[in-house]
Amino acid sequence: MEFLTNKIFLIALTFGVYVGAQILQRKTRLKILNPILVSILCLICVLCVFGIDYQTYQEGGMYIDAWLKPAVVALGVPLYRQLENIRRQLMPLIIAELAGCVAGILSVVLLAELFGASREIVLSLAPKAVTTPIAMEISEAVGGLSPVTAAVVVATGIFGGMAGFRIIKFANVSSPIASGLSMGTAAHAVGTSAAMERGERYGAFSSVGLTINGLLTALLAPFILELLGYQV
Amino acid sequence: MGLILQLGIIFGFLALGELVVALTGVPLPSSIIGMISLTVALKAGVVKIQWVDRLSAFLVHNLGFFFVPAGVGIINCMGLLADQWVPIVLASVGSTIVIIAVTGHTHQFVRRFYSHRANGRSGPRAASSLGDGE
Repeated sequence: MEFLTNKIFLIALTFGVYVGAQILQRKTRLKILNPILVSILCLICVLCVFGIDYQTYQEGGMYIDAWLKPAVVALGVPLYRQLENIRRQLMPLIIAELAGCVAGILSVVLLAELFGASREIVLSLAPKAVTTPIAMEISEAVGGLSPVTAAVVVATGIFGGMAGFRIIKFANVSSPIASGLSMGTAAHAVGTSAAMERGERYGAFSSVGLTINGLLTALLAPFILELLGYQV
Repeated sequence: MGLILQLGIIFGFLALGELVVALTGVPLPSSIIGMISLTVALKAGVVKIQWVDRLSAFLVHNLGFFFVPAGVGIINCMGLLADQWVPIVLASVGSTIVIIAVTGHTHQFVRRFYSHRANGRSGPRAASSLGDGE
């Protein structure tokens, strides 16, 4: 039983669970069985059943965690590859992303306040539309709880991926570029994979949306939160 | 190019981001500064794409995996989530709908405005014709 708290075992377990979750999704083709979500839930069950606390798990988990920041740096490469696409319609993209980013932060903060969320929950929700590593970094920078942010970001992505195109139709957005862009802006990587299924063009602009919104949210969230009266 | 070089470049840009944060105290994640610096360096030709392509493809395609341990940290704030799941769910769903509608419509509107100008029509006229629900 001692072996269960061995950090190398915990790292191997994390890899194993994730591979299993990927296979599960590939077999079932159910979007709700997002491998990230399934892995997190499985590992939480394992920790609970065997009475392993999070600190012990993180002695192994930190070696995986350490790759989050380099992975965000690596997003500079797809961003560089999209530069030509971005430049061709720079103003429409930037104005749409600015509007989407500000509307997203304002709406989530104001709605959370309206429904009675506590301060740390509001701060954790503020960056919920952007890809998880970026969102978690922003959450920590503004004083939110990054694990809450991670959970909400994944859930938002899954919701956006499943319902996004229905919302787009309902909201009367018709152009493929605008549709792709909004998927990436609202639902990051999970939205982008849903957009990819609809077509290359949707997917390409969805990845532009996820990158620019990640960037803008990192730049603007601290200032918007301060304007709304939060000490960050 | 070799993976050690690729690792060195990615971590080098992350270190640059850390340095900028340490020196200026700017409230941005070091990784975001590293990402922007890498894009600029690629554009400027200081870094060649083949020096980072393999590692970055691996990291970007497996982004999801790297935050699993952090997500497991939810175990430490189960109480908060159980207490406040109503505002969390309503705010997230509401905000997702708002973002899609605002981003999509703003892009369509601004793009039409710009293509009207590019077609030689005057800006104000293009704007007013959009106002008529074009």
